[in-house]
Amino acid sequence: MTLAERYVAFETIVIKEITRFTRIWTQTLLPPGITTALYFLIFGNLIGPRIGEMDGFLYMDFIVPGLILMAVITNSYANVSSSFFSAKFQRFVEEMMVAPVPNYLILLGYVAGGAARGILVGILVTVVAMFFSDVRVHDPLVVGSIVLLTSVLFSLGGFINGIFAHSFDDVSIVPTFVLTPLTYLGGIFYSIKLLPEFWQNVSLTNPILYMINAFRYGFLGISDIDLLVSYTLIIGFIAVLFALSLYLLNRGYGIRS
Amino acid sequence: MSHALSIQQLTKTYANGLRALKGISLNVSEGDFFALLGPNGAGKSTVIGIICSLINKTAGRVAIFGHDIDSDFGRAKACLGVVPQEFNFSMFETPLQIVVNQAGYYGIDRRRAHERAEKYLSQLHLWEKRDVSSRMLSGGMKRRLMIARALVHEPRLLILDEPTAGVDIEIRHSMWRFLREINARGTTIILTTHYLEEAEHLCRHIGIIDHGQLIEDTSIKELLKRLNTETFILDLERPVDTLPDSLDRDIRLIDPTTIEVDVSRDQPINHVFADLSSHDIRIVSMRNKSNRLEQLFMRLVGNGEGEARSPS
Repeated sequence: MTLAERYVAFETIVIKEITRFTRIWTQTLLPPGITTALYFLIFGNLIGPRIGEMDGFLYMDFIVPGLILMAVITNSYANVSSSFFSAKFQRFVEEMMVAPVPNYLILLGYVAGGAARGILVGILVTVVAMFFSDVRVHDPLVVGSIVLLTSVLFSLGGFINGIFAHSFDDVSIVPTFVLTPLTYLGGIFYSIKLLPEFWQNVSLTNPILYMINAFRYGFLGISDIDLLVSYTLIIGFIAVLFALSLYLLNRGYGIRS
Repeated sequence: MSHALSIQQLTKTYANGLRALKGISLNVSEGDFFALLGPNGAGKSTVIGIICSLINKTAGRVAIFGHDIDSDFGRAKACLGVVPQEFNFSMFETPLQIVVNQAGYYGIDRRRAHERAEKYLSQLHLWEKRDVSSRMLSGGMKRRLMIARALVHEPRLLILDEPTAGVDIEIRHSMWRFLREINARGTTIILTTHYLEEAEHLCRHIGIIDHGQLIEDTSIKELLKRLNTETFILDLERPVDTLPDSLDRDIRLIDPTTIEVDVSRDQPINHVFADLSSHDIRIVSMRNKSNRLEQLFMRLVGNGEGEARSPS
């Protein structure tokens, strides 16, 4: 395939993915908006004033970045895991496998689709947040880069989940039992400085903590974690998961006998 | 003549130890209409799966128009179109989306992809259904959609795995016409089918796989020559209750106005008519029994105990 043909193939996968999640927008775009509005209403408006300030900011303002990033994480992951598993389940993954599309383009196409949904949901949740909080951006470059890198990282995670999944249950196990607990314990609702030292150290083993803190820095200019450490970790994870995804795809794991 | 498909010593052993292919070698000439037959579990789907890169081979070499599927997979795949046995498209997409996206996977830009989609969906009488969710299509329409999708990049080799399974006779005949047309325009076609009559009508060459080995690779004409007898169905002018005992022939009464007669190839059929006339049995029409290939198939893949598995 020429470079132009490769671009067309990549573009096709991305368009197909975006068409898929926008076609079922009531399942993909609407729920995160409603769920986050409830979080803002309950934790921000109702309980928030009783909590007072967190790291010098209103509690509502403090939780906004974490809630946005939580939506980005869960949606980019869910998009790729469910989409790729559906392609396996309904066997239309074969449409790409019989064609001369290189495996890395299949992977990039799915990841771009997942990142597109993650970023779109992130924008929607930010718009919802504006009704409850005076959203300010301290460093737009950090906000943009973290949301992009995080959505790419969790799209890759979703892809690997989709490769290994044998049933729709397998697609929901990781988000329910791994992703959600890590996200909730990743400092969305609190600063880890509030925790005893032991639990602070335990929290530092949670990779999502690094992403949420870097993202919060982008909005508020505060972070429990050094930015460089956060970027290094995220980019490192992306490199590892990309290599693993491509290896599995080249081996045909779960898709070729 | 160059080979559209060249398979050399192809073997496949699955993870569970099953040896599905035991060293198959096969060449299909450019422009041919080739039938690949075999009983259930013989290895046909494994061969097709390997050609299409859906199954990893254990050993051997496969080349499509001279392009090795391992070392030159891009060119090899560009020459190949596949219509699988099972529906393998998204049930939530429309036929237009499915065909346009498939073109995109071959690097065909969206403007040209739309033109090609219109061409092939129209030829397969699906253009009016282009914006309907594909799950709403009938079984025959879904099969035609997969043919349109397989043709959108205009492959030189088209492989169809039981394309007419489960479709009614009218659609089957219209699909046969269409396949003959594209074959006449130069596309090499390899077909697996459950209907041996279909292979006999459409194909010029035939390969039979059994127990992972190619047991026959010849032209249909050559294969049919091996039949020593031919069966004819004769319609009678007047009904008969039984056939006269003095009729010294292999004749069977199917119903009061139909008989079936086996005629040796070295014997003129006039003798049959003469015999029947002498017993005051008059014939108003006759036709070949169309399962000549079926007889041969059963003979070739039978297990030696007079029992044969069904072809698929």
